[in-house]
Amino acid sequence: MNPSTAGSLAEPDYLNHETTVRSWLLTRDHKRIGVMFLVLVLFALLLGGVFAMLLRIELLTPGPTIMGPMTYNRVFTLHGVTMVWLFMIPAIPSAFGNFVLPLMLGAKEVAFPRLNLASVYIYAAGAALTLFGMVWSGADTGWTFYTPYSTTSPTAVTPILLGVFIIGFSTIITGLNFITTTHTLRAPGMHWSRIPLFVWAIYGTSVIQVVATPVLAMVLVLVALERVAGVGIFDPSRGGDPVLFQHMFWFYSHPAVYIMVLPAMGVITEVVCAFSRKNIFGYRMIAASTFGIAFVGFFSWGHHMFVSGQSTFGSGIFGVLSMLVAIFTAIKIFNWVATMYGGAIDLKVPLLYVLGFIFLLTFGGMTGVAVATTSLDVHWHDTYFIVAHFHYIMVGSVLMAFLAALHYWWPKMFGRLFPERWAFVAACTIIFGFIVTFLPQFLLGNMGMPRRYYQYPSEMQWLNVLSTAGASLLAFGFGLIGIYLLWSLRYGKESPANPWGSRGYEWFSASPPGPHNFREPPRFEREVHDYTVSEAPHVY
Amino acid sequence: MNEFFRQVLFLPEQASTFARDVDHLHYVILSTAMFMATLIFGVAGLFLIRYRRRSESQATRRVQTSLFWEVLFVGSPLSVFLAWFFIGYHDFVWMQTPPPEAMDVYVVAKQWMWKFTYPEGPNSIGVLRVPVGRPVRLLLTSRDVIHSFYVPAFRVKQDALPGAYTQTWFEVTRPGRYRVMCAEYCGLKHSEMWAEVVALSPEDYAAWLREQSGGPVALRDATPGAPEREEPLVPARLAMEYSAEAPHGELMTAERGTLAERGERVAAEKGCLRCHTVDGTQHIGPTWWGLYRREERLEGGGTVVADEAYLTESMMKPQEKQVEGYAPVMPSYQGQLEAAEVAALIEYIRTLRGARRDGIGTGGPVYEPIDGR
Ligand code: HEM
Ligand SMILES: [Cu+2]
Repeated sequence: MNPSTAGSLAEPDYLNHETTVRSWLLTRDHKRIGVMFLVLVLFALLLGGVFAMLLRIELLTPGPTIMGPMTYNRVFTLHGVTMVWLFMIPAIPSAFGNFVLPLMLGAKEVAFPRLNLASVYIYAAGAALTLFGMVWSGADTGWTFYTPYSTTSPTAVTPILLGVFIIGFSTIITGLNFITTTHTLRAPGMHWSRIPLFVWAIYGTSVIQVVATPVLAMVLVLVALERVAGVGIFDPSRGGDPVLFQHMFWFYSHPAVYIMVLPAMGVITEVVCAFSRKNIFGYRMIAASTFGIAFVGFFSWGHHMFVSGQSTFGSGIFGVLSMLVAIFTAIKIFNWVATMYGGAIDLKVPLLYVLGFIFLLTFGGMTGVAVATTSLDVHWHDTYFIVAHFHYIMVGSVLMAFLAALHYWWPKMFGRLFPERWAFVAACTIIFGFIVTFLPQFLLGNMGMPRRYYQYPSEMQWLNVLSTAGASLLAFGFGLIGIYLLWSLRYGKESPANPWGSRGYEWFSASPPGPHNFREPPRFEREVHDYTVSEAPHVY
Repeated sequence: MNEFFRQVLFLPEQASTFARDVDHLHYVILSTAMFMATLIFGVAGLFLIRYRRRSESQATRRVQTSLFWEVLFVGSPLSVFLAWFFIGYHDFVWMQTPPPEAMDVYVVAKQWMWKFTYPEGPNSIGVLRVPVGRPVRLLLTSRDVIHSFYVPAFRVKQDALPGAYTQTWFEVTRPGRYRVMCAEYCGLKHSEMWAEVVALSPEDYAAWLREQSGGPVALRDATPGAPEREEPLVPARLAMEYSAEAPHGELMTAERGTLAERGERVAAEKGCLRCHTVDGTQHIGPTWWGLYRREERLEGGGTVVADEAYLTESMMKPQEKQVEGYAPVMPSYQGQLEAAEVAALIEYIRTLRGARRDGIGTGGPVYEPIDGR
């Protein structure tokens, strides 16, 4: 064990300095809040995963398999709602952002610790209301809630809308907190050009969250009002405009995909540097492209509506702007690969997930370029091609980055090492399973299988069976991860302060960090991920 | 080559004039994309091996970019993406612009069936008959929620919105039966909302049309062996047995007269003609004579072309685009007119032009090209 960590062993850490239930529930410690979020989003992931398996099993045969059409329609809605709003949007910012962002800035806390605690409870309340809606009768609108179907559906759409609405506040609060923290609580020596890129990513995400989430809140309330009070905003039979909803919805939800993906990109940047032992290639380009995506992302929502009857000219503009988003993503991909150039690469589990991420993002991004090509999208819109596209890019990247982060920061969070070998097997299973699940869906889309189909023409069966097989592999991989991570909490080897030899600023604290993060105020004298020197960082 | 790629990518047959062009771009983009993805991934793999870690304390040198590489790496993919976009957009504009000589069919979507109405009179559920080699423009609307009309073999898709008309078009290149599906989630039986396009040779189509017009009020669909059920089309209840060959057409009803004649009846029944005239005289409302495709000056400035969308809007929200010089007295017909009635009214208004002021009902529908020439 290296000498700098020896001193920290006896000291209390944030996990054991107080252990009562009350001390957890009322904590204002960003690390504990991060852990609470981690538990909650993992639960959401599990729930969404169970729904996903049900869907895939149903699609094993062209006709009915294990459930009726009404149940199927509810299950895909619940799958989408849970995964998008309860897992992917909060996962990385709320769990890992909360945990490591202050550490990376050398801060003791986030700017507003009480609000931070509130955001956990707001999230939990929103999630509970959503779950209540699911149990009560379950919406059957899809996670996109398109009107006028959602305003006329007899199912419990309203509680789910309000649940998502409430979760939105949690997102906004977390975003505000991160923005303020980044501005005001940086340790001495950290000027803007030294801020870790994960922080830049979270910062850019927070800006989108604060700007866009109110639009979603508004549109959800309008739908709820239309359902409850019969206000005619979207329903044409009451004088409303059904396409208006789509504009408002996608004005939020298109940037929302970047709310999910940008933090993932931040994680990847950290992990690539740590395991390649290299400074990041093109720091400025990566930071700038984060804001490029955040900005242009607001002006490409219309690419979801090429066949909705919007003007041909409008479609053209939205198409071109989508290409600009693609180029910002391409910049990042080039930079990650270039970072590996001249490095000292150690293919550990987190880096394996990074490779999975790069593969899925490149593939998914390229299919994004293909669907932004207006004439092709006419055939693909609302088919399984789109399902495959957004699973590759959105789920693939969020999931890969989430798992990379989970493994990379696990020793930081809990002071334990996980069994490397098992983790390696699980990672391979997951990446392979993911590809087997979604690759056939591109082909199904080409054949013309529309999304949200409970039944399909029989010639499409074998691709569906393949996809279900992949999904089973995925589920198996997750089970494995669950088992060895829980095992490691108790029986895992104790971790040194910096098991990966990373130069990231968060490793300047002990692992797990003490209740106030640092024993003395840290000074960040060199750039983040500077590997030109060989000694590991000093632990403050 | 085309056939090879089509099969590798699992694309359906190419049965419309767009299909080939769209597919060609598809091949180019996907193969370039896959090539690039492989390349990037290959380079990453190469670095992985070439730069593997040799000792625990290994230090690395800083690497920084020069502007040249940055510009090259950003500029070249961007120009490729934009080139693809413009080729695609060129095709898209073509796909969005029905040619003037296209024949029209009204399509009404409804949970969970497709209904097709021809200006010449016949209408059918679940089967759209069209002639090969002639552009067909579809005017789509919905009676309830949003549906989407999708024919994979034509590479055509268009949402059908309640309370509004949207349009799309295609030209079939060879006779056959092609599957129509609903692509926008619309409730319980979304995945069963199928229909088919039957493309006939021009002679067969003409013969079929002749047979339908002047027929009795309800005619059994001419499809041999069409099922005898009265309820809307539900082919996918038997999804396992679905095949594009097996006919699954439904009742074909030819209401008395052409669509325009029905429109005239609706106009009288609903009281439209109390305020609008059909012979050019101005009354409480603007005359319908020559209204279709006319440029109307609006109260409060601006003009609007009276196309299907505007006509529909004027029935539903008359005050929204008030024609100059008229009092805002027209009531909204929101919820009072069925989608089929709106179609009939529009068809009627479209016939009110040209030289024959009394032509309706005697000589059949006056077909007008859509560009108003
Ligand atoms: C950063 C990553 C991206 C994410 C997370 C993402 C996510 C998504 C999602 C969730 C959808 C489907 C939404 C739905 O229909 O329910 C979608 C559709 C679409 N994406 Fe992406 N996307 C990304 C990148 C791109 C890029 C780079 C482009 C274009 C260059 C693109 C173009 C499109 C288009 C055109 C559609 C609409 C297709 C349709 O519905 O017909 N996407 N994307
Ligand atoms: Cu439908």
